[in-house]
Amino acid sequence: MLQLIENEKIREQVNGKRVITKKPELLAPAGSLEKLKIAVHYGADAVFIGGQEFGLRSNADNFTIEEMREGVEFAKKYGAVVYVTTNIFAHNENMAGIEEYLQAIEEAGVKGIIVADPFIIESCRRVAPKLEIHLSTQQSLSNWKAVKYWKQEGLHRVVLAREVGAEEMRKMKEEVDIEIEAFVHGAMCIAYSGRCVLSNHMTARDSNRGGCCQSCRWDYDLYENVGGEEVALFDEKDAPFAMSPKDLKLIESIPHMIELGIDSLKVEGRMKSIHYIATVISVYRKVIDAYCEDPENFQIRKEWLEELDRCANRTTASSFFEGEPSYKQQMFGTHATKLKWDFAGLVLHYDEETQMVTLQQRNYFKPGDTVEFFGPDMETFKMKVGQIWDEKDNEIAVANHPLQIVKFKCERPLFRFNMMRKENN
Amino acid sequence: MKKPELLVTPKSVGHIAALLEAGADAFVIGEQKFGLRLAGEFSVKDIESAAAIIHEAGKKVYVAVNALFHNDRLEALDDYLKEMQRIGVDALLFGDPAVVVAVRELGITIPLHWNPETIATNWFQVNYWGDRGAKRAVLARELSLDEVVEIKENAKTEIEVQVHGMTCMFQSKRSLLGNYFLYREQAMEVENRKENKNMFLHDKERKNKYPIYEDCNGTHIFSPNDMCLIDELTELFEAGIDSLKFDGVLQPEEYINTVTNCYRQAIDVFFDQGEDAYEELKGELLEKIEEIQPKLRPLDTGFIFKETVY
Repeated sequence: MLQLIENEKIREQVNGKRVITKKPELLAPAGSLEKLKIAVHYGADAVFIGGQEFGLRSNADNFTIEEMREGVEFAKKYGAVVYVTTNIFAHNENMAGIEEYLQAIEEAGVKGIIVADPFIIESCRRVAPKLEIHLSTQQSLSNWKAVKYWKQEGLHRVVLAREVGAEEMRKMKEEVDIEIEAFVHGAMCIAYSGRCVLSNHMTARDSNRGGCCQSCRWDYDLYENVGGEEVALFDEKDAPFAMSPKDLKLIESIPHMIELGIDSLKVEGRMKSIHYIATVISVYRKVIDAYCEDPENFQIRKEWLEELDRCANRTTASSFFEGEPSYKQQMFGTHATKLKWDFAGLVLHYDEETQMVTLQQRNYFKPGDTVEFFGPDMETFKMKVGQIWDEKDNEIAVANHPLQIVKFKCERPLFRFNMMRKENN
Repeated sequence: MKKPELLVTPKSVGHIAALLEAGADAFVIGEQKFGLRLAGEFSVKDIESAAAIIHEAGKKVYVAVNALFHNDRLEALDDYLKEMQRIGVDALLFGDPAVVVAVRELGITIPLHWNPETIATNWFQVNYWGDRGAKRAVLARELSLDEVVEIKENAKTEIEVQVHGMTCMFQSKRSLLGNYFLYREQAMEVENRKENKNMFLHDKERKNKYPIYEDCNGTHIFSPNDMCLIDELTELFEAGIDSLKFDGVLQPEEYINTVTNCYRQAIDVFFDQGEDAYEELKGELLEKIEEIQPKLRPLDTGFIFKETVY
């Protein structure tokens, strides 16, 4: 087990109590404007989004400049900020248009870009100097001397390689005065990011320009070539060779990361649903706040951990944080599974007088179902659904149309953007 | 037009004489603690011996320090760089910017070759690292011929391109083979197989075989085919590419010798006798390589004529 070492630099005396005043930023993914709003509403200090070009998730919805502007405005009301990922490694043909694009991002009020290619770093410095420059994990930054290099190059922040452990982070913080961002939750690359071109070979899709087809999640058979003869190194009854990593989950290491002085804690997953983002962000928010408020008496609560598991579709592990991950941090013979809980509805309105909740349906439910409500401004609770009405006050037997507006009675108060989920049978 | 350098990878000090004989102009050597996916393991002492032999023949020796370093290897890296300075090798291959910082701090005067493999994809980056001390850039193998030529046209540094051999397509820090054996409770086998480089992954759907091995840098997975541009060199010659590399990782000595000699002939014929003479000879050279090509390793032209989407 890692030893928790108190960091004096992040503490101050407030009202006669020693508390942590240098809180790390909680950074959330947002694949669309709706996801951005949910992330911010559920407690993210910052979100990272992709634009239409130069980013690494070519399958995500991605933001137009106009949407970026709207996202920035929305975030501002909560005191949150927006970063844009521009982290491809450009080929010659991708180099045109970067200047106009960076200027448009800057003009939209975005705080910074997350970038890997020095071509984009230098372009940004020249044409959009107000943008902060954050080095992407695609550069696989793994040691303090390389951190020093990027500091000397004038970068504001570096995102570490996923292979960096707690003690390595401590040394980086000691040696170099630069903001450090590290992953705390989400799906992982099993390779050093940027150093994997499996997709290029297997499907002619360029992984370093957003085309990754996740070949590392497939099964393979392992053989040995003994003098030209192929000998199988597996039994038919065994699970095949796999390199699929369990998802990262560092919720219980958040106190360590705070004490290390890590500046930004990053949740991965721009392709994930609003339910996923709301669940994960709200739990990390609670843990960060609780620890900073009273580090001495902090204890992780069981319901936080249970809550986090409600949106997990893979088993989880701590990856490199506490040292080299063993085989137990990989998945052999298993793949992503169906979620245990379905996102069933998004609260649009609650009428305190009539106790009627109006919500947008996101998954099938009917009278008699037990559902759970959660949100940033309340304790999670369960209830049994009674009669349901549609928008025109006609009673309905089942809510089975996606995005349908429905109403039912809920005795406990709810708020806009609260979510309703239902156990998956 | 200047003849490009023919760069090869010896498996041992003892192998160098045969490669000089076969016509190599330059050699990449090193040890796995600092360099990635080398054909042979050369200790500092071996490097010293190799450098003596290579310099005696008037050829060049480059040492790979292109690993992705973690904090725990930085001190050893400094000592290693000082040793290389003492020996007087002709270049250091790097991918991690930590090497640039270390070289500056230590006052190392050996020229640098920027070789981060997959991420060397455009001419701006080439010149960026050129401005920071790189005399040469080694391009990603995932580029098309047009991209390579355009980079060369815009580059302020020398350009090196791989023309033959397998290419790495994946590096994980994790011990993926060891983990698989442990998962199957065959822990004893892990140690025995750690240095064994004869394993491959079979991809049934694509009918491909990917060589895989583990070393102190983690797990490496390689392309299912060996790239071979012996009969496609004209445009690279005309573009003025400075160095053509044959990576002999995971190949036997005799194979490396023969292939080296084929490229030697191709270069000499083109530059001494002209394009027509090369056109006439190239089919024969390709046949010679096909004859010794291992059955499990089909030849192809890499990404030189293959487009990727994203």
